[in-house]
Amino acid sequence: ACVPRTAVNVTQGVALKPGLFTCGNTVADSFSICSPKVCIVGSGPAGFYTAQHLIKARQDVEVDIYERLPVPFGLVRFGVAPDHPEVKNVINTFTLTARNSRCSFYGNVNVGKDVSIEELQQAYHAVVLSYGAEGNRRMGVPGEDLAGVYSAKDFVGWYNGLPSCQELSPDLNCETAVILGQGNVALDVARILLAPTDILKKTDITQPALEALVQSQVRRVLIVGRRGPMQVACTIKEFREMVNLPDTRPEMMADDFEGVKEALKDLPRPRKRLTELMMKTALEIPSEKEQERQSKASRVWAFRFLRSPIEILANPDNSRTVGIRLAVNRLEGSGDGARAVPTGEVEDVTCGLLISSIGYKSLPIDPSVPFDSHKAIVPNNMGRVQHTAGLYCSGWLKTGPTGVIATTMNNSFDTARSVVEDMESGTVDVSAARPGSQSISGLLEERGVKPVTFSNWEKIDSLEMSRGEASGKPREKLLTVEEMLQVARK
Amino acid sequence: MAASAAVRSSMGLTFRLSRVMPDCNTCPLNRLKSCVSGAANVQRRGSFDSFRTINRNLQTSKGLYHSEEGSSNAEDPEDVVNVVYIDRSGKRIPVKAKVGDNVLYLAHKHGIDLEGACEASLACSTCQVYVSADHFDKLPEPEEREDDMLDMAPMLQENSRLGCQITLTRDLDGIELTLPKVTRNFYVDGHVPKPH
Repeated sequence: ACVPRTAVNVTQGVALKPGLFTCGNTVADSFSICSPKVCIVGSGPAGFYTAQHLIKARQDVEVDIYERLPVPFGLVRFGVAPDHPEVKNVINTFTLTARNSRCSFYGNVNVGKDVSIEELQQAYHAVVLSYGAEGNRRMGVPGEDLAGVYSAKDFVGWYNGLPSCQELSPDLNCETAVILGQGNVALDVARILLAPTDILKKTDITQPALEALVQSQVRRVLIVGRRGPMQVACTIKEFREMVNLPDTRPEMMADDFEGVKEALKDLPRPRKRLTELMMKTALEIPSEKEQERQSKASRVWAFRFLRSPIEILANPDNSRTVGIRLAVNRLEGSGDGARAVPTGEVEDVTCGLLISSIGYKSLPIDPSVPFDSHKAIVPNNMGRVQHTAGLYCSGWLKTGPTGVIATTMNNSFDTARSVVEDMESGTVDVSAARPGSQSISGLLEERGVKPVTFSNWEKIDSLEMSRGEASGKPREKLLTVEEMLQVARK
Repeated sequence: MAASAAVRSSMGLTFRLSRVMPDCNTCPLNRLKSCVSGAANVQRRGSFDSFRTINRNLQTSKGLYHSEEGSSNAEDPEDVVNVVYIDRSGKRIPVKAKVGDNVLYLAHKHGIDLEGACEASLACSTCQVYVSADHFDKLPEPEEREDDMLDMAPMLQENSRLGCQITLTRDLDGIELTLPKVTRNFYVDGHVPKPH
């Protein structure tokens, strides 16, 4: 245990000043005395909420957050739709955490490449993996790699300025776009494809994406799901935004709602309200005013149910997609557990743009870290990584890639609680000092890696906001890592 | 604006508040980070105003009530609303509030860990509270947007409301607001483990 020693340091025979302590043979100043040091990998909501809870729970804990990109905030910056700025308010909370004297941000550090998990485990008392889900589930059908076919993850990354997606240059010169999947990400993509650009030009959507959307020929977006209306993964807020989207009209099919009315009464409230709104959109005859609005609309959106992709159809020289072949399904069972069963029928839909929005997927970071490749998560119990003392996980890496900020918040607080419990019980031995960022910084320097600090990020932040002001946008994002680093180091 | 700037400079506040403030996360002033204007407005006004927003949070102390948080500092008994927060560990925290106080900001002022990720803009559900049965019906009906966000809240109950949408009135005197307990164990396949 750590004890204040007023006499002599055993190895050097040097009298210590009051306020200096020793832990074993290491002399530490009173500030860093055996202070538990935690490393968090990933600076999205999971990373920041985990840090927030740790700092609050223990006055002595120091938290270092490592992030691969020069900029923090993960999906809050790169995932949340540009026309949902209020959701990004959470950045203010994260900024306060980052500015806490016991929290440090190290951007531009690729964990797994610039520094290993093992090295982090040696330097810190606890390591929390919160690096989310950067991969996507593949459809696994022929034609998936044709031009004109994109994952929603990449499409969203493109319009949100994720550096690795800036070369996507999706071709929007077609009338119909098909989106596979009916979750909130699918609806975000639909909305960005169809929203009047007058609205988009006041958001933080990237300039290249805005220009592409201004030129876009897309007029019809089909949002396709394997199962029925009562299995959609989206939530009512996003569906309502589609219904209210200016200059668009819905094209829902009444037949899809046969038998749904009877099932309503047994549904839990969120599912019930959403299903009612979908039914209303499909079945109710709109008011005169609404009919007029719809007749003037230049763009159409629709949900199509009970359809699974079989093959993506190509043009004669096999260079790009011209459509998709869908299997027609029927439902077996009901509710969340209902299964889609092929009927044998198929249906071809013409489209020039196909976006697959069937789920993000976490990737393994390091062979030393257990990984469940079936569920694509790090196997854990309440955030404690299986078979690995001192290693934890939070966010989507822990539970899978679903959930909103509130879900991730609870999830991360939960992991932080496990870390604190383990420190208090001695499972994580905090009596022995660990060097933390001191040793990692040394390693990074040897390897020519220069981390970006939080104040460096704030220079990028300021520049983006002042660039945005010129065009009436909240910010104009920098789009390459090189530019970000250049600005960070000015 | 000029007056508040004078207050700020008299308090010696600087941009690098982590150097100036002792331990921000336990200080009740820090909990007043929830700015009504929100990041959207901050971003529109530009970088300089992000300073102003942070400093504005710090200057809001008991003696300087923001209009959204409570109209009067006077100890007027007519104005008092007794509130009890029940935190996630079950601890009861009685609070003497005022008519017009907002439940989310009130919680922050008293160091109660009710998160407000979207800063009261009906874009998240992190400020969900369970309202005592006696008072639930006295609240005005939620607007559609609040109901939509509640639908996304984990552990939604019949008596759930978003704290940022509750403004205290005299007839809410005695109201008890329970913060949802965070369930341990989350599973991808939705399996809920038996409690132990």
